[in-house]
Amino acid sequence: MAKGSPRSERDSKGSARPTINVTDGTLIPLKDEGGLLSAWNISFFGAIALLVALPLFSPDPYLRILSFVPDGLFATFSVTIISICFALIIGLFAGLGRISQRAWVNRIATVYVEIIRGIPLLVQLFYIYYALGPLLRLQGPPAAILAMSICYGAYMAEIFRAGIQAIPKGQMEAALALGMSRSSAMRRIIIPQTIRVILPPIGNEFIALLKDSSLVSILAVSDLLRRGREYASTSFRYFESYTVIALIYLVMTLFFSRLVAIMEERLRHRGNVH
Amino acid sequence: MATFIEIKKAVKSFGSLQALNGVDLSVQKGEVVLIIGPSGSGKSTLLRSINRLERLDSGSISIDGESVTDEGSDIRHIRQEVGMVFQSFNLFPHLKVIDNITLSPTTVLKMSKEEALGNARKLLAKVGLSEKEHSWPDELSGGQQQRVAIARALAMNPKVMLFDEPTSALDPEMIKEVLDVMIDLAKEGMTMLIVSHEMGFAKAAADRIIFMDAGQIVEEAPPETFFSSPREERTRRFLEHIL
Ligand SMILES: Nc1ncnc2c1ncn2[C@@H]1O[C@H](COP(=O)(O)OP(=O)(O)OP(=O)(O)O)[C@@H](O)[C@H]1O
Ligand SMILES: [Mg+2]
Repeated sequence: MAKGSPRSERDSKGSARPTINVTDGTLIPLKDEGGLLSAWNISFFGAIALLVALPLFSPDPYLRILSFVPDGLFATFSVTIISICFALIIGLFAGLGRISQRAWVNRIATVYVEIIRGIPLLVQLFYIYYALGPLLRLQGPPAAILAMSICYGAYMAEIFRAGIQAIPKGQMEAALALGMSRSSAMRRIIIPQTIRVILPPIGNEFIALLKDSSLVSILAVSDLLRRGREYASTSFRYFESYTVIALIYLVMTLFFSRLVAIMEERLRHRGNVH
Repeated sequence: MATFIEIKKAVKSFGSLQALNGVDLSVQKGEVVLIIGPSGSGKSTLLRSINRLERLDSGSISIDGESVTDEGSDIRHIRQEVGMVFQSFNLFPHLKVIDNITLSPTTVLKMSKEEALGNARKLLAKVGLSEKEHSWPDELSGGQQQRVAIARALAMNPKVMLFDEPTSALDPEMIKEVLDVMIDLAKEGMTMLIVSHEMGFAKAAADRIIFMDAGQIVEEAPPETFFSSPREERTRRFLEHIL
C-alpha cells in the first residue's frame, strides 16, 4: 500500500472486511426475502412434505423405494466427504503454489488448475476408471474418490488463492515488522483470516460435490442414484424411483445451502470467528 | 551523541521508476526526525527500507552498528528492535486488542504469558485504552486502533520507532489523540522517524525536518529555521502548498 488514497483500503473505522466472489460452484439461495413463501421454504418443505406424504398414502412403491436407498445415501456421503477432505489438501497446496514466487512451482500449480478445470468431471471419471484402469487397477469407489478429489482440488486451489490474496498486504507487513518469520506470520496471521473468508465458498464446493457425486454411479459405485436406478430397473417404476431420488437430493442440497448461507451471514456480521 | 541510524547512498527503483535516488541520512539516538515531501517522493520507501520491508538496490543502512542491508544480517533480530506504525493500522482483526499486543512478545521474544500480559496492560494504559483490552479491533475507532498499533509496536521494546503517515487515515477529531501519544514518546527519548504532514507535531516534538523530493533529500533543518527560512525554492513551494 505504498500509494493510493488513505481510505481506499479501510473505512474510517478502519475495519476491512475481505470478501471473495467465487463464481463456479453451486448457487447459494440468495436472500429473496420472501418470508414464509421464500423460494427456499417452498422447495425445502415442499420436498420434505412429498417425501413424507407419498410413502404414507402410497406405500407401494414409495415406502419400498425409501427403504431401498439408505445404503446409497451412505455411499454418496462417504464419497463426498472423503473427496472433499482430499480436495482440501490438494487445494491448499495447489493454491499456495498458485501464489508462490518460485516460478516453476507456480507454473505447475497453474497448469494443474487449468487442465482440470477445462475437462468435464464425467470425462475425468471415465479417464481414471477406464483409460487409466489397466494402469491404476482401482475399484469403482477409490477411482471415484481419486477423480473427484483431483477435480475439486483445482477448484479449491482457486478458493485458497483468492482467500489468501483477499487478506490485505499490510497484515503480512505488520507481522514481519514485529519480527515474525514469514512462515509464522502465515500460520498465525494470514491463514486464520483466510479461513473465515473461504469457509462459505468451501461450503458451496461441498454442495456442488455432493451433487456431482451422482456421476460416480456410472463407475459401479452404489450411491444414491445407482440404488434408485437398480430399484427402477427391477420394478419398472421409473417415475416413482427417480422422483424419490430427486427429492432426496433436493432436500440435502437445500439443507446444506441454508447452512452455508447462515454461516456466511454470521461471518459477515461478526468478522471474527470466536 | 552517537549516530544511531546511518543511511548511505540509498538507491531503490521500481522498474524504471527511481523511488530513492541516493539518500544519505544519519539519525542520532533519541532524535525525532520528521520527513515531509510530495506524494511519490520516496518517503515511505525510505522508511520501509530501514526495516527491510523494501530491499535497496544499492547503498547501505545500519542501526546501532548492525547492518540492515547485508544479506547475511539477522533481519528478524533487527526488526524486533524497530517498531513500525502504518497508515492503515494493520491490527490483526482476528485477535483481540490484548492478543494483538502480546502475540509478538510471546512468540518472537519467547516472553512468558504473564510478563507479556503485564507489559501489554501497562502499554494500553499509556495509550489510554485500558478498558479496551478485550475489544476486537473492528470495535474501535480509527484513532483507538492506531493507538493500539503503537502499543503493539512498543511491546517489542524497540530502540527506534518508524511512523508512516500515522494520522492520515484518521478523521480530524482523532488525530490529536494519536499525536499526543507520539509526543509523549518523543519526550521519553525514543528515536523516531516520522512521515507526516502534521505541522503541529513538527513544532511540538521534532528535532529535525527533512524535505524529500524525487527520491532525494532536498533540505533539512530544525523546525524553527525550516519553516521560517527555507533555503530551496522547491521547499518553499511545497510549504506554501501544505501550510
Ligand atoms: N511496490 C511498489 N511497486 C512499484 N512502485 C512503487 C512501489 N512502492 C512505491 N512505488 C513508487 O515509488 C515512488 C515512491 O513511492 P513512496 O511510496 O515511497 O512515496 P511517498 O513519498 O511515500 O508518497 P505518498 O506521500 O503518496 O505516500 C512512487 O512513485 C511509487 O509509485
Ligand atoms: Mg507514503
